[in-house]
Amino acid sequence: MINLTIDNRKVAVEEGTTILEAAKSVGINIPTLCYLKDINVIGACRICLVDVKGARTFIPSCVAPVAEGMVVNTHTPELIKARKLVLELILSDHPMECLTCRRNGNCELQKLAEEYGLSEIRFEGARTDYPIDDSSPAIIRDPRKCVLCRRCISVCTNIQSVQALTAENRGFASLVAPAFNERLANMECVQCGQCSLVCPTGAIVERDDTEKVWAALADPTKHVVVQTAPATRVQIGETIGAAPGTIATGQLVAGLRSLGFDKVFDTDFTADLTIMEEGNELLQRVTNGGVLPMITSCSPGWIKFIEHFYPDLLPHLSTCKSPQQMFGPLVKTYYAQKEGIDPKDIVCVSIMPCTAKKYECQRPEMNSSGYQDVDVVLTTRELGRMFKQAGLDMINLPEEEYDAPLGISTGAGEIFGASGGVMEAALRTVYEVVTNKELEDINFTACRGIDGVKEATVQVGDLPVSVAITNGLGNARKVLDKIRAGEANYHFIEVMCCPGGCIGGGGSPIPTNTEIRLKRIDATYTEDERMVLRKSHENPAVQELYAEFLEKPLGHKSHELLHTHYTPRSNYPEEEC
Amino acid sequence: MKSLEELAKVRESRREALKIREGVPSATEKAHVMMCGGAGCISTKCQDVVDAMKASLEKNGIADQVQIILTGCMGPCDMGPVAIVYPQGTFYRRLKAKDADAIVEEHIMQGNLVQRLLYRTPGAKEPTPKVDDIDLFAKQQKIVLRNNFNIDPTNIEDYIANNGYAALGKALTEMTPAEVIEEVKKSGLRGRGGAGFNSGMKWGFAAASKGTPKYVVCNGDEGDPGAFMDRSVLEGDPHSVIEGMAICGRAIGAEQGYVYVRAEYPLAIERLSYAIDKAREYGLLGKNIFGTGFNFDIEIRIGAGAFVCGEETALLTSIMGKRGEPRPRPPFPANEGVWAKPTVLNNVETWANVAEIIRRGADWYSSIGTQGSKGTKVFALAGRINNTGIVEVPMGTTLREIVFDIGGGIPRKKEFKAVQTGGPSGGCIPASQLDTPIDFESLTALGAMMGSGGMIVMDDTTCMVDIAKFFLDFTVDESCGKCSPCRIGTKRMLEILERITTAKGKEGDIELLQELGETIKKTALCGLGQTAPNPVLSTIKYFRDEYEAHIKEHKCAAKVCEIEE
Amino acid sequence: MVACSCGCGEDELTKQLEKVIDEYRGQPSGLIQVLTKAQNLIGYLPLWVQTRIAKGLGISLQEVYGVVTFYAFFSLIPRGRHKLSVCAGTACYVKGTKKVLKALRDVLGVKEGQTTPDSRFTVEVVRCIGACGLAPAMIVDGKDVHGRLEPEQIPEILEQYA
Repeated sequence: MINLTIDNRKVAVEEGTTILEAAKSVGINIPTLCYLKDINVIGACRICLVDVKGARTFIPSCVAPVAEGMVVNTHTPELIKARKLVLELILSDHPMECLTCRRNGNCELQKLAEEYGLSEIRFEGARTDYPIDDSSPAIIRDPRKCVLCRRCISVCTNIQSVQALTAENRGFASLVAPAFNERLANMECVQCGQCSLVCPTGAIVERDDTEKVWAALADPTKHVVVQTAPATRVQIGETIGAAPGTIATGQLVAGLRSLGFDKVFDTDFTADLTIMEEGNELLQRVTNGGVLPMITSCSPGWIKFIEHFYPDLLPHLSTCKSPQQMFGPLVKTYYAQKEGIDPKDIVCVSIMPCTAKKYECQRPEMNSSGYQDVDVVLTTRELGRMFKQAGLDMINLPEEEYDAPLGISTGAGEIFGASGGVMEAALRTVYEVVTNKELEDINFTACRGIDGVKEATVQVGDLPVSVAITNGLGNARKVLDKIRAGEANYHFIEVMCCPGGCIGGGGSPIPTNTEIRLKRIDATYTEDERMVLRKSHENPAVQELYAEFLEKPLGHKSHELLHTHYTPRSNYPEEEC
Repeated sequence: MKSLEELAKVRESRREALKIREGVPSATEKAHVMMCGGAGCISTKCQDVVDAMKASLEKNGIADQVQIILTGCMGPCDMGPVAIVYPQGTFYRRLKAKDADAIVEEHIMQGNLVQRLLYRTPGAKEPTPKVDDIDLFAKQQKIVLRNNFNIDPTNIEDYIANNGYAALGKALTEMTPAEVIEEVKKSGLRGRGGAGFNSGMKWGFAAASKGTPKYVVCNGDEGDPGAFMDRSVLEGDPHSVIEGMAICGRAIGAEQGYVYVRAEYPLAIERLSYAIDKAREYGLLGKNIFGTGFNFDIEIRIGAGAFVCGEETALLTSIMGKRGEPRPRPPFPANEGVWAKPTVLNNVETWANVAEIIRRGADWYSSIGTQGSKGTKVFALAGRINNTGIVEVPMGTTLREIVFDIGGGIPRKKEFKAVQTGGPSGGCIPASQLDTPIDFESLTALGAMMGSGGMIVMDDTTCMVDIAKFFLDFTVDESCGKCSPCRIGTKRMLEILERITTAKGKEGDIELLQELGETIKKTALCGLGQTAPNPVLSTIKYFRDEYEAHIKEHKCAAKVCEIEE
Repeated sequence: MVACSCGCGEDELTKQLEKVIDEYRGQPSGLIQVLTKAQNLIGYLPLWVQTRIAKGLGISLQEVYGVVTFYAFFSLIPRGRHKLSVCAGTACYVKGTKKVLKALRDVLGVKEGQTTPDSRFTVEVVRCIGACGLAPAMIVDGKDVHGRLEPEQIPEILEQYA
């Protein structure tokens, strides 16, 4: 243990602890801006400076380790003044459009300015003025609001291993952008939106599609249906002030009905359907000597990643569309026929914890109903905004039930939101389908948790099924490299693009960090346990769908509506001659 | 070299051949003409003089009896091209191709000095023919530049003849690594690149650090606009750097060194890589040096134009092929440097001291200089001064001695106004402080800095606000942009200075500059940012009246700023 | 000089570039060395060159571009046949860099960082060329030093470079 003094208090912490963490352990919160625990620890913004006795300059507490006998002061008058001036400098190169900024009220810079009582910016002069990049269907980048904290670069490079963004130029001309300040839509950016999740200001935000939804809801000629992704019910509460980990399924349904959706359905339903299709695809590949390991295909950021970076491994992907994209065509065919509605009058809206879903619904393959299958994707954050605009105290609404039939689901569908959930759901079904025996314990706990790469072997009849589960694309890369090297002896791999799975997706409420992710994961499994049905093949609505419409898993209609193909892409700009 | 005996053999035989350069007439050779091949003399066409002289020797049939050697920078750049003719040791200046015949036919063949080409001390009637008698040189003490007059930088045996690689031999055969480190510590050698950290201590940390392999790095990214000492060493005596690094390699247990040289120094890169090749050829780099089992080799890395890469963590990042952005310390390079391994990083001038310290001992070295700053310091003297060029003086020499005794004072009888030391990290020192003995601490106390050793003299034609703006402009241009105080703060300071120098200054601007400057010093991430305000703060401290005249009266006394309506 | 700038692999220049890259293939740490050599070969570093280097070293284009735009030595745009590097070291500045730049501007009609429309000259400002004794000074094409410059001399000096 290291003993030091912080603000006249004796503190003992483990060696290697930073001053920032040591202070936090005794209840002193040193302000930060660029710092993001475990992800971005670079000491660049100079807000977290402290006074260390004997040091020539102030010390960045986020990176500086404690030392024996160190004497630290965290709020001397000189420090307050210095932090204030640094803030004033940052603000002198900021557009100050707070009232019209997406992050108004949830901006770390704004919060600091408020806390430090900045009343005047004394510096006039040059301002960063690069154009806004709104090329991406998912993410909008406004370099004018960027404080160059580089969290986005860190998360994109170190966590996702994509590196679509980099620090460019130098000095006052510095810019965070793709190479040549190219537009994001033309890049190997996978649209995962993790950058928007970590941005302290409004420099990277999700594209806002709420106006499209308001317009559809107000259009009497339109039948507007909504699907809610598994993770959204354990996230939505946070957008209106509830504690992380709050389960708000019934309130969410009630809120969506209050907004005016004609039907409130659930992506959990098509998650169950995915298990039926994907589980059977796996069995077929195992039986017929198909390409193994098979890898899940629910996560659109992940799909774009493998298309760009490992196009040679595309045959490993399951051909199943994601639950969102299975839902869309079913609404516009099965449901439309059943209800006698012309599919052209149906507007299919998704609520997703994900920005890449906005991109996914616009992919050219996603028109198998004859229309764009899913019309608008809203992130959890956007839906939260709609509830506020509607003045709905959503969290206190009386709980309501999803509509039938596309709102009926099982616990297996629910856990799709957490890393390992797809795998666990698949194992629950595959085991029972193959062995014809009921599982004694349906909780495959080895699949759960936020470890980057998880492995397990499950005895299914005669076959020991070997599986791997990854979350965060940097971890996916490790497993893909193993496949390339011929060292991966798995049958089935689950990949989720974002750390922790969809509950930590790029469209999640801000803030999202490891602690909050864990709470949402807990809530997910709690919700699973509360369900009467917890295995996908037991979902009566899914059974009915097969009986009435699809006939059988992997059947002709399934292939037409529920399966897709992929496009090899490059991670470098195309050369043209 | 398999052994020290071999080295001694080369040394003795080469020494015999070079006796003429010590003033001993030779039976077979009439003269050695040491022609300065520094950047200044190259640009005043010393090569033309060499060619003409060769032609003249040819014409007179004595080409085989005279050697013409292009040396490194001799120092007095404004007198270039300069040459020293041995055995007499005669110093000639401002040579032109047409002077070649005179030197060959009068001096070399007949022994008569060419009077019109000799140096005259300003005001003196008689010329001073001998280089050793010239004030400019006599008041210097050369350790770092010990060989710049005497050797052909492309001839490793010249270096060996001047005791080259003897220190490496000593370190490898007579001393333990711990003793080498102790010796460097005891010598009091401090890093010549900026902050002046004790080199031996640095080596000690790296030696004690657990990671392996370890690395030795030379910072040759001399980016200070007004400094070219390191360049002179690399061009004039590259082996002194190689030897110093190898000694450190032995001391800390490293087998690989890197020299980071800026791309703007093509000749330095050429000379150094040639020297490295030669050292390998002679077995002084590579495997099993002197048969002791010690392995050491050096690779050159070329910098691509970023001043901030002079900062150690930035330089190390740049060596790894990345944007040269500094990072917070700790971890210090001694623990986590190149490839996150223990690394000792010193600049060219520091390395050039090492061999002499080991060969002659810490006691000798520490007898030179002041209490806290030992040895000598090389300065690049320029600006409004008679003798511009490179000088090496013991620490503790006063500014007055450098500017007036060695530098020959201010031309055209103008008045000395200030001397700027330390480049963009340093400050302007006024006449009232001229008697300050120079060392690390005294310069810092004056608000300036030793820095790498640029020394620019200013007279009343220099506007101090303009000069502050010049340095700020430089820093803003070179800021890496990583930390906010430097990225935005220096830009704002520059904008205020631009305001002041264009008659738009406001009441309170000086105070705002001071507030910004003081805060940036305390908050910026690296040495570049932390010292960036120095030129402004020091000029405000000593020349506040000039700022006020610009702001209140819209007057620039030096008539540099175009502000008067 | 650049026959085909698209990098389709057909032309001699691309082959030479690939040879430069070969030396460091798969070694990200060689980036700055490769870029330096590539620029010496091609004159500047356009997208196709950077893309080939990125592929060759196994790093993202972002990584390459971030480095290219950090170092002053690298250029994204073609430069003139002759490079006029005006020294703005302190000594030169004190002795009249500004006047030299103004004279170049008057004669050539371009500012620092710009290239004349006929692609003959690129004017740039460099920090200390180490010829402080000759201040103010300018280096042409990285080798010819012209010192103690007076504005009147500029036209005559430029004439030497076609």
